[in-house]
Parts: sequence; C-alpha cells; structure tokens
Amino acid sequence: MTDRIPGFSTLAVHAGAQPDPTTGARATPIYQTTSFVFNDADHAASLFGLQAFGNIYTRIGNPTNAVLEERVAALEGGTAALAVASGHAAQVIVLQQLLTPGDEFIAARKLYGGSINQFTHAFKSFGWNVVWADPDDITTFERAVSPRTKAIFIESIANPGGSITDIEAIAAIARSAGVPLIVDNTLASPYLIRPIDHGADIVVHSLTKFLGGHGNSLGGIIVDAGTFDWSKDNKYPMLSEPRPEYHGIRIQETFGNFAFAIACRVLGLRDLGPALSPFNAFLILTGIETLPLRMQKHCDNAKAVAEFLAGHPAVASVSYAGLPGDKYNNLARKYAPKGAGAVFTFNLKGGYEAGVSLVSNLQLFSHLANVGDTRSLVIHPASTTHSQLDDAAKIKAGAGPDVVRLSIGIEDKEDLIADLDQALKA
Amino acid sequence: MNHDTYSDDYIRSILNSVKTIAMVGASPIDVRPSYFAFKYLVQRGYDMIPINPGHVGKSLLGRPFVASLSAIGRPIDMIDIFRSSKHIMPVVDEALKLDPLPKVIWMQLGARDDEAAAKAEAAGLKVVMNRCPKIEYGRLSSEISWMGVNSRTISAKRAPVPTQGMRLSLNRMSVGGGATAASDRAAKNRDEQS
Repeated sequence: MTDRIPGFSTLAVHAGAQPDPTTGARATPIYQTTSFVFNDADHAASLFGLQAFGNIYTRIGNPTNAVLEERVAALEGGTAALAVASGHAAQVIVLQQLLTPGDEFIAARKLYGGSINQFTHAFKSFGWNVVWADPDDITTFERAVSPRTKAIFIESIANPGGSITDIEAIAAIARSAGVPLIVDNTLASPYLIRPIDHGADIVVHSLTKFLGGHGNSLGGIIVDAGTFDWSKDNKYPMLSEPRPEYHGIRIQETFGNFAFAIACRVLGLRDLGPALSPFNAFLILTGIETLPLRMQKHCDNAKAVAEFLAGHPAVASVSYAGLPGDKYNNLARKYAPKGAGAVFTFNLKGGYEAGVSLVSNLQLFSHLANVGDTRSLVIHPASTTHSQLDDAAKIKAGAGPDVVRLSIGIEDKEDLIADLDQALKA
Repeated sequence: MNHDTYSDDYIRSILNSVKTIAMVGASPIDVRPSYFAFKYLVQRGYDMIPINPGHVGKSLLGRPFVASLSAIGRPIDMIDIFRSSKHIMPVVDEALKLDPLPKVIWMQLGARDDEAAAKAEAAGLKVVMNRCPKIEYGRLSSEISWMGVNSRTISAKRAPVPTQGMRLSLNRMSVGGGATAASDRAAKNRDEQS
C-alpha cells in the first residue's frame, strides 16, 4: 500500500468518515446521545485520565462531531480540530488557553462586527485586553507587540469589505514576537485559502457560513496547525505546566503536535461548555461534502455581480478583491487564486437612503444578518451587524452609512444581476 | 534516511511486524506519557517489558520492571526510548550489544539524536525519532479520530467493531504527510535551532 495524497474534493467527501463498524451505515450516523457506556471501571478511569481514546460525554466529544473535526483538520492541513457551538465559542476557547487576566492580544481592526464586540466588551471582563492593528499597515502589528502579547488574531478575508489580509507578513511578526497567529478563515473556507500553508498556527471558523453552507446550523471549529512550541519560556502554562484538573498531566508533553486541540477540548470545552449538537455536526458535514463545488460557484457568481455593479450608474464604488484594479487584487491573486470569496461591499451614490431603498426593493436577495448561505443575502451593516460601533469605528471597519454588503449565493447569476438592476432603478 | 518525516508505510511496517517491545524509561506514575503509551500498547497486544532500574522488584500492569536492556534475557523486536535527546546514545550503544539485535529503535516525542540514529541504521536497525507509537497506532487505525485528530487515513471499508485488547487494522489508505506538512516543517526548524 503506497501513501498517496488525495485531492481537496476527495478529502471533503471522505476525511474522518468511514462506514459505521456496527451497522455498515455509509453516511455518518447522528450519535444523538449525551453519554457513552464504559467497558469496565479501568476503561472509565483510562478515559477520564486521558489515557485512552474514546467517548465519555458529548460535552467533551461525540462520534458525529469527531468526523466533522477530522474532516476540517484534513481540509485545513492541521493536526487536529475541535468543533464547538459557534464561531464565537471557538474564539473564547482559543483565547482561554492562551491568555490570563492582564494579558494582551493583537487583533486586526477589520473584523466581523460580532468579533469586534466580543473582543472589546465581553473579553474585557476576563481581563483579556485587545490591542487593535491595521491590516493595511503591517507595521502597526509590529508596534503593537508588548511583553504581555500572547497572540495575534486576523481574518483571512475580512468581513464585511472582503479585503484580503497579508497572512505571511503578519505570520512573520507573530514568529518574531514568539506568539501564535490565529486566523479566522470563515469567509475564505479552506477551498480558497489554507492559512496554515501561509504560517498560521491556529485556524478558527464559524461553520455556520460557507463550510456548512446552507444557512441551517450554527457551529464553530478550532484547527490546530501543530506548528507552535508551547513549552518555550513557560508563556502558555495551560499547555506546558502540570494541570491540576488531570492530576498533573502536561498537555504539550503528552499530546505533541496536537496538544493545542486537546487543551481546547479537555480544559476549554469541558469546563466552559459550548458543545456542538451532533445533529448540527451532521448537517454541517453534509454541507462540507459539496464545499468545493459551492465555493467555486459562489466566487464565480460574486465576480459577475461585482463587475455588473462596478459599471452601474447608481454605484459609487465596489470593494471586491477579485476585480482588477481593486486595492486588494494583488493579495487576492497570491492568496486566493481560485476566487476572492463571495462576500463584499459596495457604496451607493445615494448614501444611507439609497441603501435602505435597495434592501427593501430586492426580491431575490434575503435581508438578514448572515453570510455564506446557498441563497444570496443583503444587509446594511451600519444599521445592523456594526450598529453598536460609533461612526468613526464603522468607517474604519469598512461599514460606513452608504455601504451595502452582499453575500452571493449559488443561484443563476443572471437572476441575481436582474434583481439588483431592478432594485437599483426602483 | 530522512528523519524529518516518515511515510505511513514505514511506520505501518514497523507496528505490524514487531511483537516484543522494551520501553526504556517506563514510569509507574499514571499521568506520565510513558505510562499512557505502555498501557495502550499492552491493550493492543504487544508483549511489553518495562525498563527502569529505579523500580526493579515492582511491576507495571503485571509486567516486572527490568534494570537494563541486557538484563531482559530474551530477544526483543523494538526498543521504545522515553528519555530526552541527550540520554539516547548510551541506550543505543547498549542495544547494539544485544544478541540477537533488536529490529527497531524508537525515540519518543521530543527525542531526537541523529548520530545515534545513524549508528543504529549502520547496524541494520530501523529508526523512528520524535514520534509516539501510541499516537501512530491510533492514527493508522483511525482510533485517534475519536479525539478529533487528523489521522491522515481514509477508507470506504467497514472496519471490525473495536473491542478492548484487540489488534486493529493499520492498513487503511494513507492520505499522506502533505496534510500536516506545516507541523513537520516547524518541528524541523526547532531541531535546527536547538
């Protein structure tokens, strides 16, 4: 038997899944159970002591969720993954392993509005201090590094503007600072960008978006690249020091290059609790099987719609990295040659009023606060996802009052263009 | 040979062929990695011999501790070394005096001594460094998938229902080292810097 590296589409269908040994079921069964029977007392003790591979309780692990975890780890080129209840839960668990009260992490200013809120407000009460940097000026990341910095957080394709981040440049800063680079890869999905290939140490996703892809299930995931040395300088005691929760086990020493994913599971998920429902895991897995097909169609449609809008008299400008001449086009060619994603913004000449009118006149686009659905979606970020930011912060985040965000679905592009055309004329 | 990465075939051929394993540095403390690996390999049917001069007279999961490799007194297939890199060479030197010679020298996660590896290979032994046989067995059998770990194997075949103490099939299609190449590269960079 020779080793052979299958392609992305093969992994999207097969990685992590095998026929069920007991029944022969070919689709991954939904193990809708809270808990799992032990063989005997020693088996139970081995599982609780992390000595054996196996299942205890669905808040720690579940066989359906495990298939999802291995599949996303394989698609991202990571050593292991942990699925959780949402993308937000993934971010809390990742940072809980890295920061103690009083520590800092550097985050790109251009982020999903929900992440900006989480980092600014919710994390403040944990004593985790976010320091903002500008992904358009890499030196701001360098200047933000302090002795208390424990991580750097960026999005590969940034929400809402669809700008592309220079992952390798920021990875170099993370390496010289001796901290891990965390990349939220939600808007790209591993089909377009694999951040680990560019120097990311940890990848997080909202599975709710393109990976699940059908707008039916919340979920989040953490992928361990297996690249970071957690034992250096005692900077990350959750990984390097004996853990009292497990009678003195050192996580990195015991689990090697997937130690971070294990720490997230046995110290993060176990104790904080945001477990993913196995039913959601099943729906997301089914979505991932068609990720390569959907993602290409999303991107091809997005490019056609962006080109149409760029030529429309009511449109002031279009921010889509896939368009030649866009500020981020060179980065898109380097990092996302198959397509620049399907979420982008454009500015209307008519400002705020024109935005409201467009949203209300669209017939095929759904007005809602999500992205990465099979259906095309539209939202006015200034009044919704980014509404809790002040005006200056809105503009800095790419969500000014004249900005409309689209998430392009997999319908026929002619129908999407016709709908936008009639709504812009109305 | 190249010890930065190993083909799944190489690891599989070792785990499928060895039966008797002497574990140098086996610990009776049940939160130590050596204890984890020892117990797992016992459950998977390997004939395990704990080597630790500090615990002679006691036993580990019913197997008596032995003071040294030369004191085992019967042929062994593989030596699994739970010692840090700087303590590897004397173990390999002792291993190469055994008659018959063992077939495999295995150094645990974090342990690597290229000079000792070259010496063992020159004597015809296979060498694995900076890996854990428990993790590799769990990975190639896909048992480790329960923990969300990328096993880098895929299969459309129905596997037997796993039970305690059973050898598992390691002969699944490998999806290859490329899938975690970033981790291997990082490990290599660390070795070169240290």
